[in-house]
Amino acid sequence: MQQKDVLPMKTEKSDKRPAPAPVSEPITGAEAVIRSLIAEGVETIFGYPGGAIMPIYDALYDFQVSGQVNHILVRHEQGATHAAQGYARSSGKTGVVFATSGPGATNLVTGLADAYMDSTPMVAITGQVAAALLGTDAFQETDVIGITMPITKWNIQVTRPEDIPGAIAKAFYIAKSGRPGPVLVDITKNAQFGKLDFQYEACEYIRSYRPKPVLNMEQVEAAAALINASKRPYILCGHGVLIADAQKELIAFAEKAGIPIASTLLGLSAVSVDHPLYVGYVGMHGNYSPNINTNECDVLIAVGMRFDDRITGDVNTYARQAKVVHIEIDEAEIHKIIKADAPVHADAKEALQALTGKIDAKDTKAWIQSFKELDKQEDEKVRHKELYPTEGELKMAEVIRLISEKTGGEAILVTDVGQHQMIASRYYGFKSPNTNITSGGMGTMGFALPAAMGAKVGKEEREVVAIIGDGCFQMTLQELGTIYQSKIGVKIVILNNNFLGMVRQWQQLFFDRRYSSTEMTNPDFVQIAKGFFIPGKKVTDRSEISDAIDEMLNTPGAYLLEVVVEKEDNVFPMVPAGAPIASIRLD
Amino acid sequence: MQKEYTITVYTEDRIGITNRITIIFTRRRINITSLTTSETEIPGVYKFVITVLATRELLDKVVLQIERLIEIHRAFVHEEDEVVYQELALYKVSTKALSNGNIERLIRDNHARILTIAEDYFVIEKTGHQQELLDMLKKLEPYGLIEYTKSGRVAIVKWSRRFHEHLKNLGEKQMDNLPPGVTHPEANRSGISL
Ligand SMILES: Cc1ncc(C[n+]2csc(CCOP(=O)(O)OP(=O)(O)O)c2C)c(N)n1
Repeated sequence: MQQKDVLPMKTEKSDKRPAPAPVSEPITGAEAVIRSLIAEGVETIFGYPGGAIMPIYDALYDFQVSGQVNHILVRHEQGATHAAQGYARSSGKTGVVFATSGPGATNLVTGLADAYMDSTPMVAITGQVAAALLGTDAFQETDVIGITMPITKWNIQVTRPEDIPGAIAKAFYIAKSGRPGPVLVDITKNAQFGKLDFQYEACEYIRSYRPKPVLNMEQVEAAAALINASKRPYILCGHGVLIADAQKELIAFAEKAGIPIASTLLGLSAVSVDHPLYVGYVGMHGNYSPNINTNECDVLIAVGMRFDDRITGDVNTYARQAKVVHIEIDEAEIHKIIKADAPVHADAKEALQALTGKIDAKDTKAWIQSFKELDKQEDEKVRHKELYPTEGELKMAEVIRLISEKTGGEAILVTDVGQHQMIASRYYGFKSPNTNITSGGMGTMGFALPAAMGAKVGKEEREVVAIIGDGCFQMTLQELGTIYQSKIGVKIVILNNNFLGMVRQWQQLFFDRRYSSTEMTNPDFVQIAKGFFIPGKKVTDRSEISDAIDEMLNTPGAYLLEVVVEKEDNVFPMVPAGAPIASIRLD
Repeated sequence: MQKEYTITVYTEDRIGITNRITIIFTRRRINITSLTTSETEIPGVYKFVITVLATRELLDKVVLQIERLIEIHRAFVHEEDEVVYQELALYKVSTKALSNGNIERLIRDNHARILTIAEDYFVIEKTGHQQELLDMLKKLEPYGLIEYTKSGRVAIVKWSRRFHEHLKNLGEKQMDNLPPGVTHPEANRSGISL
């Protein structure tokens, strides 16, 4: 089967229907949904139909035929949410999801929770039973609002057609502004059928919602004073830097005072790994020197990050010696885990710009050198043998190194959850922003395949490579069907160790090697891909891997590469859960 | 140290808002001991008064998590001496007790009053702090108490003037969505710092 590296709707744009003229006649609520989305600039919707959302799908039909909006039929609603996340993270736009009531809506839960934890803008629209049936346990009625309340930034149930445009306008404003997040709009069937006079006005203000704090210069001055008085300042770059598009400002700030920058898992790709001030990534399986030096710095400047427990380990021993500057747009994150000595409640971009003007240049050579020395230990004990093994079975790290070299660190890397995720995050040489897409806060297995699909749709011109464990792949592999049907040219690499590797590693280290239910007897992944008309190859030998990666990257369209890797390999360094980060183990 | 605190939350009028607020306490495993809500003098703005047993440190974080909700204007933690508060109790007592002259005196002396008298029971109302209401309960028991019920706390914050001015301004601006480019004068939190 010929795979085209493009989406059908984009190329087959026909003129069957002219652009929608302003509507003068009343239209259905369902049509109002689609027109509202178009007014918000939505190009792609990921979704799955069903009884309670049928009027909306019916309205979608004409707009799809005329090429005004594209719908991608996923194979499971969870896939739609992860695809929308991947789309949002690669394109910077809000991802959009459709699902029907009941089981359709409950299948969104994992993806909504994941997007909430990782601050990803998403608008999910669910169909609901008719308003008259609400609360009666009607067929496929579920309290979607109740279920999704704790995992959405906002949600709303709409029971009247005339409320649809306003609800959707608010949904987009809330999803994207401030600290972004997922929003759910549940629309009853009668509201979809009913008529309204359509008029769309984008939402710019909600009186009880202040998405962006006004920069407080006193806070900036206080932070600058701490930084100017420091000898060993240290930056932790989080996802907030990418969300605020503050990469340049961060680097200008760091360069002015010679401050080393470490990244969190979701902050990866904000700073190129080549940058002389970049020292690696922090956290449970992060690099040795940035973890150790967190407890050596005198001022810790946290930007757009929230001190997750995978970063801090035991909070009672975390950076006790350091004064903490915390730049954060969400006030609820300030002092939540780590008390800040100089909080800056602001957008990262604005805060960094202002701070750069207030800080002095300083000599930090010795401080930076200390990272290099620690780094040498990681190199000797871990990195070298991981990246350049000459014998034994294939290692995950060498596969990632080759992919990194062959893509020049410029591919969008989408990783799933487990050892392969940590190895890919450690060894892929990220060069440009927003090229790292992973499930950080939730750690959702099954994330990568649908997210990669969405990422490719959001940035067609970019190479998108998904790195997936054998366990994770089997959680959402049905999305191969979507990839085939919608001709999405995503490269899929399965790192197969026949184990739920990360859990097995914990069992080995902390449960006396009792491998309880972590060994996997796997199917023939290449045959499975073949069943979905996606070409692929299985590699077990070191001598074949380089050519196989070339073949994958040179094949137009989707491709699946299964790499059989060492079964009982471990990811080091490692900070055991809840232990002090200074107890990080190199082996 | 755990103590009883009063929390006030100012919200928009939206279905589900109680749920949204209580979820935040539940997640932190804080038990709500009482919750009262009603519309304020500003149409469309509701006030929740919540009492909890917790530490100040924890509650300072919790109110910020509450404020993060889209439909919340502000949330505050108050120490005991920052609020004037009352609770209301109703006591249902057997009518037989009325033939005992002492009870009317008891009602008067405790600043309570009789709300209604039926054939076999009558209802007494009293406002006050929790302990006073309980004391009254004890005193009424010998007279044949049938039922007792008590409201949550109603509280007025001593220093709330500027915040209420801010809310009033909101009320006057009926427009939920300002036209693009117009910044709301009160949009900045620090502008209404109290
Ligand atoms: C939905 C879900 N279920 C369970 C887990 C717990 N978990 C974390 S990593 C992991 C193993 C992943 O195995 P695999 O995909 O083979 O990747 P590997 O660690 O071997 O690279 C499991 C089971 C999870 N994160 N998400």
